[in-house]
Amino acid sequence: MTSANTSTVAIDIKKIARVTPRKRNIEIWLLFFAFGINAFELAQIQLSTIEILTFDILTYWAPLAIAATVLHFILRFRASEADALILPAVVLLNGLGIAEIYRLDLATLAAGGTEVFAFRQVIWTVVAIAAASAVVWFVRSHLFLRRYVYISMVIGLVLLISPALPFIGTSINGAQLWISIAGLTFQPGELAKIALTIFFAGYLVTRRDSLAVVGRRFVGIQLPRARELGPILAIWAVSLLVLVSQRDLGTSLLYFGLFLVMIYVATGRAIYVVVGLGMFASGALLASRIMDYVGRRFDSWLNPFDPKFYDAAGGSYQLVQGLFGLAHGSVLGTGLGGGVPQLVPLAESDFIIASLGEELGLAGMFAILALYLLIVSRGLRVAFNHNDDFSKLLTLGLSFVIALQTFIVIGGVTRVVPLTGLTTPFLAAGGSSLLANWIIIGLLLRISDTADSRERSGVSSF
Amino acid sequence: MNRELKRVVIVIMAMFVSLLVSSSTIQVLAADELGRDPRNVRSVYDAYKTQRGAILIDGTPIAYSEASDDNFRFLRIYENPMYSAITGFFSFYQGATGLESSMNSFLTGKNSSQFFEQVNALLSGNPVTGASVELTIDPVVQKAAWDALGKLKGAVVALDPKTGNIIAMVSKPGFDANRLAVHDGITSGNNYAELLADTSSPLVNKAISGTLYAPGSVFKILVAAAAIESGKYTAESTLPNPVKYKLPGTNTFIQNSGESKCGGKATVSIADALRFSCNIPFAQLGVELGQEAIRDQAEKFGFGKTVEIPLRSTASVYPENMDDAQTAMSSFGQFDVRVTPLQIAMMSAAIANNGKIMKPNLIENVVSANLSSLFAPSPQEYASPISESTASAVRNMMIDAVARGVSSNASIKGITVAGKTGTAQNGKGEPYTLWFTGFAPAENPQVVVAVVIEDGGGQGQGGRGNTLAAPVAKKVIQAVLRK
Repeated sequence: MTSANTSTVAIDIKKIARVTPRKRNIEIWLLFFAFGINAFELAQIQLSTIEILTFDILTYWAPLAIAATVLHFILRFRASEADALILPAVVLLNGLGIAEIYRLDLATLAAGGTEVFAFRQVIWTVVAIAAASAVVWFVRSHLFLRRYVYISMVIGLVLLISPALPFIGTSINGAQLWISIAGLTFQPGELAKIALTIFFAGYLVTRRDSLAVVGRRFVGIQLPRARELGPILAIWAVSLLVLVSQRDLGTSLLYFGLFLVMIYVATGRAIYVVVGLGMFASGALLASRIMDYVGRRFDSWLNPFDPKFYDAAGGSYQLVQGLFGLAHGSVLGTGLGGGVPQLVPLAESDFIIASLGEELGLAGMFAILALYLLIVSRGLRVAFNHNDDFSKLLTLGLSFVIALQTFIVIGGVTRVVPLTGLTTPFLAAGGSSLLANWIIIGLLLRISDTADSRERSGVSSF
Repeated sequence: MNRELKRVVIVIMAMFVSLLVSSSTIQVLAADELGRDPRNVRSVYDAYKTQRGAILIDGTPIAYSEASDDNFRFLRIYENPMYSAITGFFSFYQGATGLESSMNSFLTGKNSSQFFEQVNALLSGNPVTGASVELTIDPVVQKAAWDALGKLKGAVVALDPKTGNIIAMVSKPGFDANRLAVHDGITSGNNYAELLADTSSPLVNKAISGTLYAPGSVFKILVAAAAIESGKYTAESTLPNPVKYKLPGTNTFIQNSGESKCGGKATVSIADALRFSCNIPFAQLGVELGQEAIRDQAEKFGFGKTVEIPLRSTASVYPENMDDAQTAMSSFGQFDVRVTPLQIAMMSAAIANNGKIMKPNLIENVVSANLSSLFAPSPQEYASPISESTASAVRNMMIDAVARGVSSNASIKGITVAGKTGTAQNGKGEPYTLWFTGFAPAENPQVVVAVVIEDGGGQGQGGRGNTLAAPVAKKVIQAVLRK
């Protein structure tokens, strides 16, 4: 790890340069812009549904704005050179999610329902940003995480398996992804992705040399040595175990995909990806044959309009209603509050992207995808700029997990892949998802602080 | 490691591009199809969100939306059941029919011609107001046709042969569309079930659709036109005129209507055969011409095709693969020939308009809420099935049929009416279907009319086209000419 010396030097320079935290100034202006848009969204929703502006807007707007501003000032003190675009982009998404959930709440209340989500989402947002702030404040250097690689593994696996445990495991809509303790439900798989990313990064950095050693050639392909297949087999087994026990293809695909990308980047051996994907595909195919629930998801994906699957319990009704909503939105959308996204089951969580696609149209979909791409690309930029391999792998993993999760969820709603039980990062109603994704953001901000401080003398960037 | 990272970036880009493609496909390319899926209730919700445009005749609404203080916000109101076949109904529970369905995109403001209004509405937050649809219907003629049919079941189509504009379109019995537009689902559902169960099919626009009718003798106009158009016959060409005729290849004999001798001579001209409406000469003429020639001619008149006026008509049928006996029967409009009154009116329109059919059309103008015209169809040639000379020859036959023949009850003093009656059989013991089609004034036609009366006009096999259908047509023509 050659970067140890350079980063010490960098910190010295940073102390001198603190007088001009240029990135933080850019960030605060972008944050103001994001807060403005969030307020505008809430106002538009009130005007188009209840046709009057009320102080409720403050309830759904101010906590996020205040929490994000606090995080901004923590960054000024503790990571003044952290990336300036990530936080505003995430705030935009998080605020949009709260606004759409609030909009769906209004529809629920108008229809005489009582189950509302927006306020809970606001509370979780504050908790999640507090967690991200704590990460930035207390984790003075992410390299310190290297000490906890194997603890991370244990934590990750426990979290991953916990929904399948008796007593606390809970099944919602057929997928067993939740645990329920003292009346609070939680999706531990969301937090597991952080622990496992740390574990993968630490593990792969130490084992990359032996993993990269080429084994025998077989019909022109260089195979890895048999003993190096151990870990990949173990992860594969865990993924399939998750698939079988939790009955959700998305979660197991997320972890397995994350592992494959990280092992590829660590070793430079594409053969791991090829073998891994083949193993996963055959495992998933087998599962879809054996397990009714997974098989139905495949049927619904391939023939959603077939009345046989549309009318079946747990069939394609939700998917098709989501497609109707998206089509209804067309290019420009119905405007926030103008559509009928409440027709889709779970419009506020699993199908929030269909709700937004209906009301903001294709234009809004592109904007949302662009925001995700921005967050991911800023993360990857950090990975490119770091010299030390652990940092590289960790940032890559954290960025990629957001990208892959976004792809699996939105791809599920738009029929690129079968529908799964994962949540849309930052948008969907759900505390575990918000908490985990904001912690990832906290880590990315923390790592980006040291990444950019090395290139101060180069072309200035933000 | 950066080399691998770059490849990962490519993978991530590919994932996001696939999402851009999939959402574009759903939200743009497949959006219309998804919107039409009957399981998609959003289109119906949409329709209630904006003030739906009115359907107007001479500036007076026959269907319009009025503010209501329930969740639907607007209640659709229909002024008069005599327009029910044209407007159809618009119901939250039963969907939409008639112009309410075929002009829906204009009426709801969703038509692409209103794109700028839609953008404006999106920015201002005010919903687009639907456009109004002004019809070509003449209310005086429409009422004349409605009243003339009285309690009879059937349909009337009247159109201007020079433009194709439809002046009257009546289907009886009509229905009160307000009964389906009500916002109470149970009431609407019960009313709908009752109308559906009614054996006189009030919900069907019999002028353009439904189970279709055997044309009977009005089909002779088409056979005569085919004969003259073939160049092998003129109006004066003669045909054998026996009292009985054995259908080729069978032991079945047919007779002229009312056992008429059709002039009583050994031969009869085509013109006289049409004037007296004799079946035997036309049966022979049909066999001589052959079914291919008649089918060609029928298709040129529009058989086998639907027309969008913009209500969508059912295609009329000339049967395939007939033997000679069947060809003979079909030549006087029996066997399996099936037509809509609109098709019969289009046939007469070709005779009236020197061989050319103008596209039938109900829409005068579509006007947006800010009074700009969005769609005003101009007269358009639909088909040119016969030559001017053929049209002229058949026209003269039809003038004679009314003036000196068996279609006499359509004659109007001081006006030359051209026309032809029909009395079609529907099987043993079944009541006849009664017809009249024609136009006036024959020298300069201003109106073409087709009248059909079901169920023998309540007289079983005693009803005749000339006694029941021709007087209806006469009243319609008089209303048009204000005589």
